[in-house]
Amino acid sequence: MPEWSDTGIILSARAYGENKGVINLLTSERGRHAGLVHGFDSRTKKGIYEPGNTVAAEWRARLSEQLGSFQLELIKNPSAVFLDTPIRLAGLSSICAILDVGLPEREPVASVWESTIALIEIINLAEEEESWLGFYIRWEAELLRRLGFGLGLEKCAVSGLADNLIYVSPKSGNAIHRDHAGGYEDRMLRLPAFLRSDALGASNDGVDVMKISDNALEDGLQLTGHFLKRRLFELVNKDLPQPRLRLAHLVAKRYNNS
Amino acid sequence: MPETPLDQLIKRLSRLPGLGPRSAQRTALFLLKNRDQMMLPLAEEMDHVARHVRTCVECGNLDLQDKCSICLDGRRDHSRLCVVEDVSDLWAIERAGIFSGLYHVLGGTLSALDGRGPAELGIDRLVARAHTLQTLPERQPEVILATSATVDGQTTAHYIAERLEVASLKITRLAHGVPVGGELNYLDDGTLAQAMKARTSL
Repeated sequence: MPEWSDTGIILSARAYGENKGVINLLTSERGRHAGLVHGFDSRTKKGIYEPGNTVAAEWRARLSEQLGSFQLELIKNPSAVFLDTPIRLAGLSSICAILDVGLPEREPVASVWESTIALIEIINLAEEEESWLGFYIRWEAELLRRLGFGLGLEKCAVSGLADNLIYVSPKSGNAIHRDHAGGYEDRMLRLPAFLRSDALGASNDGVDVMKISDNALEDGLQLTGHFLKRRLFELVNKDLPQPRLRLAHLVAKRYNNS
Repeated sequence: MPETPLDQLIKRLSRLPGLGPRSAQRTALFLLKNRDQMMLPLAEEMDHVARHVRTCVECGNLDLQDKCSICLDGRRDHSRLCVVEDVSDLWAIERAGIFSGLYHVLGGTLSALDGRGPAELGIDRLVARAHTLQTLPERQPEVILATSATVDGQTTAHYIAERLEVASLKITRLAHGVPVGGELNYLDDGTLAQAMKARTSL
């Protein structure tokens, strides 16, 4: 009888039948993995199944290809900490919703696990929204890269120049030099400074919360959102998940009001 | 072999929450053994409720009239509106006798997974209703968001709060934290963090 124990982040939980639920986890060693839980509606257990919570999972099935069942124990529940802050709550929900649809099932993605755990911790510890939103956008860009849809932000696709890269082609995902947009500036996506390859290669100290301007956050969310939609969600005939749209809306609202 | 009415009854009962095929069989047998005391009165009451109970056009509560008794009650505080997810939540607050204002039943929470958006929950209707709350000289109208302390529940609350921002309304939500009779030792980190955040002066 196949079985394993691992640590996981709850990505989604859906009621199944009267008192069961299907849980999708991002596990540290087995990637995205689904399983059935019994007592889904139980008052004492319900709080465990909130998206973003870290759990100790035990999975068991008769055959390895079956859905199988989970025994879950709560380790950490960041969702409870973020309940008061709409933008962080939207960020956490967005992470879970993107991974829930975007990751292939049962394929180990250790780097995504590590970066996701780190990002949730950063959201939790950050004092200002600006300081975690930059990391969030970089996490999305990195996720695209890990899934094989990376953006070419090292040099200009037209001239080969590596400086003054301020646009990204919405078709190819390659950076474009300030002077080589060929009259299509209004159709280009804007490349925020903190996403440029030199910034991406910087150490965390170098990031320095990257003094991200308000527009840069909106530009960044628009850029990664465009490619998540085009290269990941449209492939499965879906739109960007609601929490991701809500996050972009809250960020736009926050900076347009201030 | 064709299904007898008894088989059909058992099948139907087994679809009720909390009942499986075995317990549905037991329930059907119990009802048959107590035809006059239980089965016929129950059938009559179910028939009556099915025909006469309606959803209140104002708040979404269940009652015998188009407008429920809570909405029609002139003694209730018409400057306060408590937004709940479900009728059962409304009943819980009424049972506790802690609120004398009006209610608004959403019928769920925003949920991308279940495909429930603002339109399905009738948020526009809630916003329009919030604008009609009575303004008293001593206090501004208040909307209390009593959605559950879950990601979906609070996302819904934040969304409604955002939609109501333009109105001259006081918007509050229920506190989160240590339950009465709860011991700190048994609380999860998140709930403790919430309780610490929401601490009050003594």
